[in-house]
Amino acid sequence: MSELAEHSTTHISDDMRAVVGREVRRAVSYPVSESDIRRWAIAVYYPAQPPRRFWDIKAAAASRYGGIVAPEDFNPFAWMTAEPEGERMMASAGNTDSLEISLGIAGPGLKNVLNGGLQVEYGVPMRPGDVITSVMSLAEYRERPGSLGLMLFTTSRTVWTNHNGETVKTGLGTVIRY
Amino acid sequence: MAQLAVRIGDQLPAFERRTGFAEWNRYAAVNDEFVPIHMDDEAGRAAGLPGAIGMGLLQVAYLHNLVRDWLDDHGRILTFSCRFNSPNLRNQVVSANGRVTEVTDRADGMEAVLEIWTADEAGNRLAPGTCTVLIARVGHDVTPD
Repeated sequence: MSELAEHSTTHISDDMRAVVGREVRRAVSYPVSESDIRRWAIAVYYPAQPPRRFWDIKAAAASRYGGIVAPEDFNPFAWMTAEPEGERMMASAGNTDSLEISLGIAGPGLKNVLNGGLQVEYGVPMRPGDVITSVMSLAEYRERPGSLGLMLFTTSRTVWTNHNGETVKTGLGTVIRY
Repeated sequence: MAQLAVRIGDQLPAFERRTGFAEWNRYAAVNDEFVPIHMDDEAGRAAGLPGAIGMGLLQVAYLHNLVRDWLDDHGRILTFSCRFNSPNLRNQVVSANGRVTEVTDRADGMEAVLEIWTADEAGNRLAPGTCTVLIARVGHDVTPD
């Protein structure tokens, strides 16, 4: 924690207040592959075998979707994005000020970050070959005292669309910094 | 395919996993989520936690597995929300649970609201939330275009 953050009565600077509502980042995925979906399903069902509809083309063809679709919670932006070229979005997950850095301002300099929660509304499913675009904007900053000091809650709004312009999901995510 | 019968008060079959580095490392590997508090007890303690903790998004995945496995291709998830109240500690047996709290008739099927949560062995809720699903009426396609 920076000296400033440690002694302030708020973590929310004027610069931070000024960027609420602004677009934080826009990213485009590489095409989703069957292998990406299969590996994701293996990880989230481990140690059990995942349902066949995630890896068996015949079983998937017989399903309501008529083919393989990704689990709703699948992240097509993991490891690297096509745009911005070569960026690893998740690699900055431990950097507590990554959101403010993306907006070109100083962050609060807090030491720790935790996932607070999320709300999602689903549209069309993600399928192999889909290219997903994510647009994330900063929705809100708020603060609350906690057992580990003054906690900063940051909520962002994200919209994912596929290459046909169909909405895949819209969501609100909250991270807690302290 | 017959319609999935659903009534208020129905419990979903629990989705249960003993969680630790074997599960967390696999999730990190697919989500590129190699954050020290998920990889190392010392980093967890330095963050004021009892040790390394599991990813919140893996709790999200378990809750989706719960609902999806229950639906068994009879419908789809419309909305999902949860908050992370308590960390998922190493060697905890985490169960994802759900209960039907509302059912509404629609022309194309039944919309159901589910109370969902993950819990540890003692029943402490780690990630409580809400999910709405659309269960297809026979002969109706609820797959989004």
